[in-house]
Amino acid sequence: MPAKATRDAFGEALASLGDRFPDIVAMDADLAKSTKSEIFAKKFPQRFFEFGIAEANMIGTAAGLALAGKIPFACSFACFISSRFDQIRISVAYSQANVRLVGSHAGIAIGEDGYSQQGLEDLALIRSLPGMTIIQPADDLETAGAVEYLCTHKGPAYLRTTRQKVERVNGQGYRFQVGKPVELRPVGKDAVIFCSGGEVFYSLKAAQSLEQEGLDVGVINVHTIKPLDAGAIVLAASRTRAVATAEDHQIIGGLGSAVAEALAEAGLNRRLLRIGIKDQFGESGSPEELLAKHKMDAAGIAEQLRALLR
Amino acid sequence: MAVAQTVTRSSEIARLQEIAARMRIDIIEMLAKAGSGHPGGSLSAIDILTCLYFSRMRYDPNRPDWPERDRFILSKGHAVPALYAVMAEAGYFPRQELMTLRRLNSRLQGHPVSTALPGIEACTGALGQGLSVAQGMAIASQLGGGKFHVYCMIGDGESQEGQVWEAVMSAPKFKLDTLTVILDNNNGQIDGHVTEVMNLEPIDAKWRAFNWNVLQIDGHDFEQILQALAKAGETRGRPTLIWARTIKGKGVSFMEDNVAWHGTAPNAEQAERALAELRAQYAQLVGGR
Repeated sequence: MPAKATRDAFGEALASLGDRFPDIVAMDADLAKSTKSEIFAKKFPQRFFEFGIAEANMIGTAAGLALAGKIPFACSFACFISSRFDQIRISVAYSQANVRLVGSHAGIAIGEDGYSQQGLEDLALIRSLPGMTIIQPADDLETAGAVEYLCTHKGPAYLRTTRQKVERVNGQGYRFQVGKPVELRPVGKDAVIFCSGGEVFYSLKAAQSLEQEGLDVGVINVHTIKPLDAGAIVLAASRTRAVATAEDHQIIGGLGSAVAEALAEAGLNRRLLRIGIKDQFGESGSPEELLAKHKMDAAGIAEQLRALLR
Repeated sequence: MAVAQTVTRSSEIARLQEIAARMRIDIIEMLAKAGSGHPGGSLSAIDILTCLYFSRMRYDPNRPDWPERDRFILSKGHAVPALYAVMAEAGYFPRQELMTLRRLNSRLQGHPVSTALPGIEACTGALGQGLSVAQGMAIASQLGGGKFHVYCMIGDGESQEGQVWEAVMSAPKFKLDTLTVILDNNNGQIDGHVTEVMNLEPIDAKWRAFNWNVLQIDGHDFEQILQALAKAGETRGRPTLIWARTIKGKGVSFMEDNVAWHGTAPNAEQAERALAELRAQYAQLVGGR
């Protein structure tokens, strides 16, 4: 199966669900070609609303649509969605509006555009709001399942997608279950990696290469970052001696923080390595160069785990 | 453009004036009891809210979820005492609950909370956001054939928020004749007069430039309010702004056009003075019937 960007999988899934869910509407802020909401727009032009470069207005309007019974998917880059925090906080979250915010171009892996376009703090911001559901799919199958789920989900939600193509990590026939982490590689005696989104494939590759060196490392895909299945996280961590997290996001506030909170609150004492952007700004470069620089590609993840387990 | 004066039945006007006079008493009583809150913008808005809730809007307080109800969004959420007063009068909740305003566990939060009180349509109070939310509801109405109308009240100070102008730009693009905005132009905000803090004039030229149907009225003249709301309802193909010139603190002599009363509740002595004035106004209306 060829690799596919989860933004493409999102756009295709939304368009394919449009007939079944007549209340779906899509909205964008001059990035429909990039977020792939355009695929829906072409099929359902009467149910697509272009706001121009005005994300706050788009998000507030999504809240109104949702409060009047529609299922709005409001799309932009992850950084531009989450930077309209006050609109998400009051119009969406506090009103418990059934808005689906879709942040594409998540992470440093968007590459050359540089920091201003790289969503690196969106999870931290949105995770802090009560009642938000946050889903970051790892491949096209998971994205399709997540989008279908979001058509009936009650409450506000945030879907985080990638610009770059990602390899498929789930098997054919995969069924998305919100909130339930997926054990892609059994928890080993040495470590477990809790990972999400584009980092899942790299985590698997890293675990495979570490196996060659005699290190037994499991991989768990945490596609639902909020609400976090803390019980599953703690149980998996309790069965091994070290824990890592991997995400294309700041290590502050995202999956790494969520896992740290779960382990600490359970009183489980494990070494914890948080892989991601380590309290720095992003920059320009090719996706491959940037992932290598921040030790977030397969080689970098393996290197950091090796150091942890040494 | 001033709204043409046509004759609305004088008995209808008198009925609404009486309700508004009682609502002003409720506003002062609940604010005095709460010990905090915003009298100035509540008193400037109450005549318009009275016309909306007791003459214009279609709703059923026993079915706050009725899909085809007209919606009202109070984007200038700090004026919520005025909204609570008309909602109690309309039958959404018992009048005595007004005295729980701003108390712990009260459904009558300091700013509107839709998840706390049925009949409140959205959470507002972070200024600048309500018009976008109202626009979303108006689009939903349009998608369903225009079965309900959405009214949104914004403040003039609030209009300094950039998001307001994003929505002013977009609603005409979407041809939202299901949306009417009422600008409560009382010229007061916390730091002073709006014209001094950050002037909005010329207001009508700005909205017209974005292709809104603009109706200018005296926001305390019931005939003008009703006529403008009727005209807005008849307008096709674009949204309407009712630009209402109002007086902050209207009805209480020592509060009128005094920005010190934007966000300060009257103490017991001040409340008694205010209530004496408002009760005299009410008695005059009833006596003159």
